[in-house]
Amino acid sequence: MYSKIKTCTLQGLEGNIIEVESDLSNGLPQFNIVGLADTSIKESKERVRTAIKNSGYVFPLNRITINLAPANLKKDGSQLDLAIAISILKSSETILKPISEDIIFIGELSLDGRVNRVEGALPMVISMRNHGINKCIVPFENKDECAVVEDVEIIPVKNLSEVVNYLNEDLDILNYKVINYEDIKNKSIHNLDFADMKGQIGLKRALEVAAAGFHNILILGPPGSGKTMAAKRLPSIMTDLDFEEAIEVTKIYSVSGLLKKNALIKTRPFRAPHHTASAVSLIGGGRIPKPGEISLAHNGVLFLDEMPEFNKNVLEVLRQPLEDAEVTISRANATLTYPSDFMLVGSMNPCPCGYYGDPLHNCTCSQRSIDNYLKKLSNPLLDRIDIHVEVAPVSYEDLKSEYKEENSNSIKDRVIKAREKQKIRFKGLSINTNSQIPDRKIREICKLNKESEEIMNMAFKKYKFSARTYNKLLKVARTIADLNDSDDIENNHILEAIRYRSVDNKYWE
Amino acid sequence: MKIDDRSVLIWLNSLSINNRTIDKLLLGFEKIADIWYCEKNKIINMPGIRQTVKDRIVRNRTHSYLEDYFEKINKNNINVLVKLDENYPERLKHIYDSPNVIYYKGEGLKNEISIGIVGSRKSTDYGRWACEKFTSELVDLDVTIVSGLALGIDTISHRKTLEKNGKTIAVLGNGLDNIYPKRNTDLYKEIEEKGTLLTEFPVGTPPLAYNFPQRNRIISGLVSGIVVIEAQEKSGSLITAHHALEQGKDVFAVPGNINSLFSKGTNQLIRDGARPLMEIEDIIEEIIQLKEIYEKNNKKELDYSEYSETELKIIKIIEKGPIHSDQLVYKLNMNISSINTMLIGLELKGIIEEGSNGVFMMS
Repeated sequence: MYSKIKTCTLQGLEGNIIEVESDLSNGLPQFNIVGLADTSIKESKERVRTAIKNSGYVFPLNRITINLAPANLKKDGSQLDLAIAISILKSSETILKPISEDIIFIGELSLDGRVNRVEGALPMVISMRNHGINKCIVPFENKDECAVVEDVEIIPVKNLSEVVNYLNEDLDILNYKVINYEDIKNKSIHNLDFADMKGQIGLKRALEVAAAGFHNILILGPPGSGKTMAAKRLPSIMTDLDFEEAIEVTKIYSVSGLLKKNALIKTRPFRAPHHTASAVSLIGGGRIPKPGEISLAHNGVLFLDEMPEFNKNVLEVLRQPLEDAEVTISRANATLTYPSDFMLVGSMNPCPCGYYGDPLHNCTCSQRSIDNYLKKLSNPLLDRIDIHVEVAPVSYEDLKSEYKEENSNSIKDRVIKAREKQKIRFKGLSINTNSQIPDRKIREICKLNKESEEIMNMAFKKYKFSARTYNKLLKVARTIADLNDSDDIENNHILEAIRYRSVDNKYWE
Repeated sequence: MKIDDRSVLIWLNSLSINNRTIDKLLLGFEKIADIWYCEKNKIINMPGIRQTVKDRIVRNRTHSYLEDYFEKINKNNINVLVKLDENYPERLKHIYDSPNVIYYKGEGLKNEISIGIVGSRKSTDYGRWACEKFTSELVDLDVTIVSGLALGIDTISHRKTLEKNGKTIAVLGNGLDNIYPKRNTDLYKEIEEKGTLLTEFPVGTPPLAYNFPQRNRIISGLVSGIVVIEAQEKSGSLITAHHALEQGKDVFAVPGNINSLFSKGTNQLIRDGARPLMEIEDIIEEIIQLKEIYEKNNKKELDYSEYSETELKIIKIIEKGPIHSDQLVYKLNMNISSINTMLIGLELKGIIEEGSNGVFMMS
C-alpha cells in the first residue's frame, strides 16, 4: 500500500515542500525512514508508533518504508511527525477518503496522540501559500500566528484522532481566520513611558528624531544620566508594526522558537544583549544557523548598552548588516540569509570611569585609557550612526522642576505623522524610511536651498565633517523637516541636524 | 630772557649733569633759580661735587648759552617737560633717579596703559614670531607699546605696532636731534609722526654706550609691565627687567629652548621669578586694568542688532554662565528643537561654544 502526504521544512525563513511517501509491504515488521533525515526525524518513529497506538488505531505490522522527498535535501524539525503518522494511517487504510494534494500537515506528536506546537509555523505557512498550497493542518497552539496568513485555510488540530476524523469527514473543523489585522491589533501598551523621566529633554528629542526616521543613534554621557532609561522607553514612541513588518518579525521569532503567545508580534522588537555577547550570538549561527540578536531586532531596536565594553570584533561585525539590512551566515550545513533591518541604539560613557568632563566628579582615567576606550568604536562604525547625542548628568534642578514632561503617546503621534509622510514619499521605492535613502537618491530627495547650503558650508569648516557626514546630515534634516510637517528642508532643520553631529569632533578626532 | 626754576632745570640738564648731582646741587639753594644768580664761589665751594661739573656750570651760566640751547630745542620741534610741570608724567616722578627733564617729539605722553617690549638686538626667528604675536595681541587691547628703538626686538615691536595703527613710545639713549641706529631712520620718522620719541638726554647728546642702560629705567618706569622676548645671558633687556622689578612692575619672559643663547636670559628671568609668557592671558591676568579692557572688548564685539529676539534671550542667559540646553528649555519655555536650532546657529556664528555634556558657554 502506498500513500503520499505533503509537509514542510524550513531553510532559514524559506519553507520547502516535503513529500512524505510511505509504503507498507509484506515482510518482517520494520519501520525505516530514508531521505537525509535529521536525528529529530529519525526519533519520530517512536513518537509516531506510540501516538497511533494510543489514539486507538492499529499500527500496521508490516515492513514500513518512509521516504522524504526530495531525497537530496537535508531535513530537520519535529513538525514532520504528523505527516508521517497520517501517511502510515492512509497506507494502512485507517483513512479512507483520498487526501488532496493541496493540504500540508505540520505538527509534532506526543506519545498520547496530542499534536504539539512547532517552531516556525508561520514562515512555513507563508511559504506554503507561495507554493500554491491552500490548506494547512497546524497544531492548535500555533493557530493564532498562522491565522494572519491570507488565502490559506488554517485547520487547527489538537490531536491525531481529530485529524483522522477530519480527513474521513467525520468531523468538521472550521477554517480558523482572523478577519482583519486591525482587529487583533489592540493598541500596543507599554509599561514604560517618557513621562516618567525628568529632564533630558535634549535626549528625548534626539530619540524622537531617531524613531521618526529610523536613524541609528549613539548616546554618550556619564553614569546615571538616564541613557538606558531613555533607550528602554524608545519602543513606546515608535510606530506600531504594519502588517507586512509584523509578519516579518513574527517569522523570525517563530523560527527561533521565541513566540511567547504564539500570536502575531505587534510591537517593535527591543533587543538588549549584554555586553559579553559573542559575535555569533549577535549575528546568528549554529550548525544550522539560527537568527542572532540583529535579526531578532529586525524592524525594531538593537540596544547596545555600554557599547565600548563589547568586544571590538563583536562591534565590527555589525558594520555589514547595518549597511545591507540583512545578514548571510554560512555554515557547513547551510548558508542562510536573515533580514536585519534594525535601528541601532548605543550608549556609552565618555571614559572608562564615566566622569570625564563631569563638573562634579573627578575622572580618574589616564588619557591613554580614555583613548583606548573611545577607539573601541571605529570610525566606519561611527559613520553608520546618524545621530550622536551627549547627555549631562540629571541635576537636582531637573528633578524638582515644574516642567511638564511630555508623555510617550504625544511624542508617538508626531512620529506617526512623520512616518506617514515618508511612506508617501517612498511609495514605489524599495525603502521605507529616511535612514535608508540611498546615496544616489539623496540629492533628489533632500534638496537644500541656497541659504541652507551656506550653513552647511560654514558647519563643515567649523566642525570638520567628513564627506560621509554630509549625507547623514541631509537624512537627519529630512526627518526633522518631516517631524515639523515641512515639505522642504529649511535652515532650522539643517541646524538641528548639525547639533546631532557636533559631538564626535570633541571625542573622536 | 626770564630765568625761572623751569629754565634753570633745563639748563642744568643741558649741561649733561645727571639727576642725582642736580638734586645734590639744589640742596644748597632755597629756590632752584638761585643757582643761576648766586655767587660763583658758592658753586665752586660746594662739597661732594666733581670739579669738572662745577666748571661747566660756571662757564655756561650765560644768557647766550641758554638762548642757543632753547633755539636748538625749538628748531628740532622738541617738547620739554620738567619735574615741576603739571603734565609731567606721574609715573616717572616716583621711580628711583627720576629724570628732572624729559624731551619728547610727537604725540606726547598720556595716561594710557602701556607695556614695554624689550629683547635682544639680534633676534632669532622664534623671537621675531613671539614679538609680533604678543605685540599685535597687546595692540588689539589698546595697549601702548614702549620700547627702545634699538635693532632686533625693539624694532620689530615698534614696526608691528605702527603696522596695526597702535600707539608706541620709543625711549632713546641719546639726544632727540640724533638718529641712532641710523638704519632705523625711517622708523624714527614714522614714530615722530604717529607715536612718541622720548629721552632724558639733552639735545646734542651723541649715542654713548653708557647712556643706554640708563634709559631702560625710563622704559620700565613708563609701563605697567615689561615683556622680555629674547635676551642673552648679559643683556640690556635684563637691566630693564631688574629696573622693572625694583619699581614693582610685572616682568614677563618668553620661555625658550635651554640650548638657545638668545633664551638664556629669559629662561634665567623665569627661574628668578618672572612670569613665563606663553599666551596673552598671562599678561591680562596680572594687569588689572587690562583685564577690564579685555572683558569689555570681548563684550563690545557683540552687535546685538544681528540677532533675533529669542537669540538675544539665549545669549543673555549664557552670558551669566555656562548652561545646559535642557535648562534653557525650562527658562525660556520653548521646545528643545528650536533651542537646539538656535544654539547651533549661534555656535556657527562663533558667539557661543559647546563644552562637554551639552553645556554651552560664551566663546
